[in-house]
Amino acid sequence: MDSREATLAPSGKVAIPYVEARRLVIGYPNEVVVPDVSFTLKQGEAMALIGTNGSGKSTLLKTLVGLLPPLGGSISVFGKAPGGERARIAYLGQFHASAFVLPIRAVDVVRMGRFPWHGLWQRMGHQDDEIVAGAMRAMGIEDLADLPLRSLSGGQQQRTYMAQVLAHRADLLVMDEPTSGLDAGGRELFLQAIHGEIARGASVIMATHDIEEEAALCHQVILLARRVVAIGVPNEVITAEALLETFGIVVTGDQKLRVLECKHDECERFGTKKPR
Amino acid sequence: MGDALLTPFLSNDFMLRALLAGVLVSIACAVAGTFVILRGLAFIGDALAHGVLPGIALGILIGFPGVLGAAIGAAVMIGGITLITQRSRLSSDTAIGLLFVGMLALGVAIVSRSSSFSGDLTRILFGEILGISLTSILVQAAATVVIGAIAIICARPFLLLSFDPEQAEVAGFPVRLYHNIMLFMIAVTVIVSFQTVGTLLVFGLLIAPAGAGALLARRIEVMMAWAALFGTLSMYAGLLISYHFNLAAGAAITLVTVLIFFIVFIVQNTRSRRAVTRREPAHG
Repeated sequence: MDSREATLAPSGKVAIPYVEARRLVIGYPNEVVVPDVSFTLKQGEAMALIGTNGSGKSTLLKTLVGLLPPLGGSISVFGKAPGGERARIAYLGQFHASAFVLPIRAVDVVRMGRFPWHGLWQRMGHQDDEIVAGAMRAMGIEDLADLPLRSLSGGQQQRTYMAQVLAHRADLLVMDEPTSGLDAGGRELFLQAIHGEIARGASVIMATHDIEEEAALCHQVILLARRVVAIGVPNEVITAEALLETFGIVVTGDQKLRVLECKHDECERFGTKKPR
Repeated sequence: MGDALLTPFLSNDFMLRALLAGVLVSIACAVAGTFVILRGLAFIGDALAHGVLPGIALGILIGFPGVLGAAIGAAVMIGGITLITQRSRLSSDTAIGLLFVGMLALGVAIVSRSSSFSGDLTRILFGEILGISLTSILVQAAATVVIGAIAIICARPFLLLSFDPEQAEVAGFPVRLYHNIMLFMIAVTVIVSFQTVGTLLVFGLLIAPAGAGALLARRIEVMMAWAALFGTLSMYAGLLISYHFNLAAGAAITLVTVLIFFIVFIVQNTRSRRAVTRREPAHG
């Protein structure tokens, strides 16, 4: 057993349910995206949402943080309706509207992670500065602190957003494709940081395309294709058949499972070509 | 030389009052304009600047204060945009455009009933900075304090809103509430500034100095400071040009504002190109 698995193994503490969804229906007004989702995410657990673009991953995350109302069924976060415990949730969406126009330094972006604890008025103190500095160190961007966000590369910006999530010190981390644009070093730092958050007792739920590392480190995986294809522990759920059903793609590779998204002539649709 | 730069203000009360009012307008526009730029609200800022016209025109015709008329015009404008956006599938751009032309046409129609049509219209569109009263300056000062207070109190939600509205919502700062507060701040700026620079030119002061500030600054507070500096400089230079060359003051101020933007833009672009050239390795 490697150290990562050891860190993530259940600690023996009584796990408190942080998120509970029962026959949850998610989507937009006049459009159901996923009709029936049920799962429980406990304290100190990590969950990965896997699926193609438009499969419902982002919709589920937005419903969970209260940006979209549930269309049916029930969902509770920390025992309340979504949005009831905002300070305890760190959210990293896919898009940031004004990264190019906004005059803001990397450190200011990370400091925003502390806002939910301080509201409109409360001043930030020395402890906040230390947490912010620690989060930037964890993502390897401490030297970029004073640089304007718009001058950073896409990968450096993504590390900055991730540092903001870490600086929040939230009980629940909700992230939509957090490693998009990260290089190998950035992904490794991200994985280490997530281990640290889980060891701290936080829970994590994230949408990802990385089945090998990110999904494999999670306690639970949900495969989505505008419906729940499968849900459970990664080793049992991530099978070639389930992935084919989820992605409609060809699965290749002998030693490792690799998933190639189907792009016109690059691969053939499920049904016309069997996986190797 | 020194005489030409200072005497007009020292020896003419109306010039000093104009400069004082101009500085206050510049500060208010710097704060509100910063968020107009950052949140991409230029179109609604422009529409608001014109949407207040019928209210002011009605005030002139019937005889109630222009500021009150402008406030009513702004309220109708924001209410109409909100109604169309929420109750139809049309985008806010379409709603803003509809209200914009409708209110402008209504304003011109009302002013056309006035006996001094062109004089009143010019006064509304381009302001009367050289004839500004002490009362108007006091109203402007109070409004500038209110706008500054809103920006300070709402600094965190406004920053999050400019960065990522979804994140603002999740962090516990309701987007609709703070967006409306931001619109209110912009509306107050337009309403109280129209007497100084007019409804047409206040839009220039909202976006040109803040736009130039955005090119230079690394932080929002610094962007506001640059915008206030450029706005104040435009007021001073515009009034001087108007005084010495007998030009319309409002137009001269706005021209200087836009000119400053382009100077900053060219300087900044040149510096960026030089920096890139220095970083690139020599070929051959």
